[in-house]
Amino acid sequence: MEYLLLQMLNGVQLGLLMFLLAAGLTLTFGIMDLVNLAHGSLYMMGAYIAWTLIGWTDSFVLGALLALPATFLLGIVVEAIVMRRLYARDHLDQVLATFGLILFFNELVRVIWGPAGKSIAVPAFLNRTVEILPGVPYPAYRFAIIVVGALVAVLLAWLVARTRIGMLIRAGASNRRMIGALGVNIELLFTLVFGLGAVFAGLAGLMAAPITSVKIGMGDDILILAFVIIVIGGIGSIKGAFVAAMVVGQIDIVGRAFLPDLLKTFLSASAAASASPAISQVLIYVVMAGVLVWRPTGLFGQRS
Amino acid sequence: MKTRLFGTTTIAAALALAAPALAQTPIKIGFISTFSGSQAAIGEDMRRSVELAKEHLGGKMGGKPFEIIYEDDQFKPDVGKQKSEKLVQQDKVNFVAGYIWSNVLLASLKTVTDEGDTILISSNAGPSQIAGALCNKNFFSTSWQNDQTPMAMGQYLQEKGVKSLYLMAGNYAAGKDMLAGVKRTFKGKIVGEDLTKWPDQLDFSAELAKIRAAKPDGIFIFYPGAHGVQFLQQYVQAGLKGQVPLYQVFSIDAITLPQQKELALGTLGAQEWVNDLPSEQNKKYVADFKKKHGVYPSFYGAQSYDSIMLIASAAEALKGDLSNKDKVRAEMKKANFKSLRGGFKYNTNQFPIQNFYIQEAVKDPQGMMTLKTIATAVKDGKDPYYEKCPMK
Repeated sequence: MEYLLLQMLNGVQLGLLMFLLAAGLTLTFGIMDLVNLAHGSLYMMGAYIAWTLIGWTDSFVLGALLALPATFLLGIVVEAIVMRRLYARDHLDQVLATFGLILFFNELVRVIWGPAGKSIAVPAFLNRTVEILPGVPYPAYRFAIIVVGALVAVLLAWLVARTRIGMLIRAGASNRRMIGALGVNIELLFTLVFGLGAVFAGLAGLMAAPITSVKIGMGDDILILAFVIIVIGGIGSIKGAFVAAMVVGQIDIVGRAFLPDLLKTFLSASAAASASPAISQVLIYVVMAGVLVWRPTGLFGQRS
Repeated sequence: MKTRLFGTTTIAAALALAAPALAQTPIKIGFISTFSGSQAAIGEDMRRSVELAKEHLGGKMGGKPFEIIYEDDQFKPDVGKQKSEKLVQQDKVNFVAGYIWSNVLLASLKTVTDEGDTILISSNAGPSQIAGALCNKNFFSTSWQNDQTPMAMGQYLQEKGVKSLYLMAGNYAAGKDMLAGVKRTFKGKIVGEDLTKWPDQLDFSAELAKIRAAKPDGIFIFYPGAHGVQFLQQYVQAGLKGQVPLYQVFSIDAITLPQQKELALGTLGAQEWVNDLPSEQNKKYVADFKKKHGVYPSFYGAQSYDSIMLIASAAEALKGDLSNKDKVRAEMKKANFKSLRGGFKYNTNQFPIQNFYIQEAVKDPQGMMTLKTIATAVKDGKDPYYEKCPMK
């Protein structure tokens, strides 16, 4: 029972991290109609910037907090220099340009921080376990990721559903030209949205860093998962991204934690041991394919 | 005296003009390793050791100068194969050495040994395939076959009376060999076994929760380089240290210890080379390396150093004439050089027959983390595949 709880928490932790990345992606894709392959680069930049700032301030929390406005600024600059020219273009042009950005950022990191990876240590006060239930210890840092991730998810839900900016974002999504005609500065709005996405991606990157280390191209692998999540959840839907991220997090854990035992019930132990890593790696894509057959626009996508 | 010197120079100059290619061409050695990304620290350690070997040789082998061409495999099999092809076909190197990763080596093997008919010296990777059916006259190892190090660890745990183990490794050629190896000698219960996605998976939360539930007597892991650092941190964060002891191969070494620090203290592992082995050449190597770089060398470095010394031994014996490859191979097979681990012989499949030691992570008198030999686990060990190799 407590084993099940631990594994579920692991799934939630992974899901929340993925949600932070997917939230920015689904906003830019769904609302600004922009395919941004370089979203993973912002994730990577968040981690590298945090690494530098943590080194300067000698404090994880301070460095991480300073890294957030820095990634916001970076997002705004990228939007102003590159993305703004791409809104009117078709998706193929956007894919090409943002793929170029991935190469640019990877090379930039190589020039600034060197080819070797960096590691961020877990802050001392979180380098222990917390008892989530009596006698059930859980790593404190992972618990902190869950808390921060959940807070950001709530904040984002409030922002989109309850504030004026959120209203404008939703309006901009359904009819850009109309709210432009009503006197809303749509360019400024999009810049803000892009910057916000960059902050979330950077936050995900710097929180993942102590677990997975900071390295060139760290965002490229995880970006594919983020795309899977927004496709499952329905493009443009924050709620969809959240639900899908939770589902993907749990599926990943199920594949790693329970599949080998499940396979052993009808396969030999050695066959199960060699088949389960392969199957758990494709499980997420099988689920995506299933969802798309059932609901082609994703779980919470708008029906066209 | 002066005229004689003048005379020799003239003759030398004439000779050089007559056969410029023969006299001027240095011996070329290609060296493939990982110099970028999260595992770049391993490549850097190997490069430092190769450069130290060059310095100790005075830049010459068999009277000829030699040059090393380093290539970065970026930790990817396809890139490793491309770079191997470039070294063999474009640079026309005499030898290709290096290779950290079994999957990179397997992808590159034929390109070098068959298509290029060039001698390859693996400074680290030792996939079972190359020790057995795929063995090749052009392939030499200055490391080990993958199964051997975990076999030594397994044997030690068996003798120590450990009842049950939980096994974990990356899901690729070497990871599978490592788990097969430990199971050859450890006869207790295997309560769980995970091959994790390699190299992407650095988050071991699900597996650590399984270990907690399985309550084994010990955990056996194979996570080289950056992966070992992450695993150890997460193992400690999960509160397992002090509850379930960790045993490892290639996961705690001079590369990872500066990051693992005290977390590694007391953890046991197996290795064929340790920095405190008593041979003269080893003392010199470790002392010079430390003086130059301020850190301990790793087994990756020691094996790379040996690769260069093995090549040098053949070049010395043939006085720098490497034109007859049969002779070069015959000389190399003698392993007539002072290996840092204190000498070894080659088996029929051209993998070393050698000792394996148990090492413990400790602090040296200056407070720096390092490894200390505490026992000899295997004497003159042979890998379990050599009988499948058709070479005699």
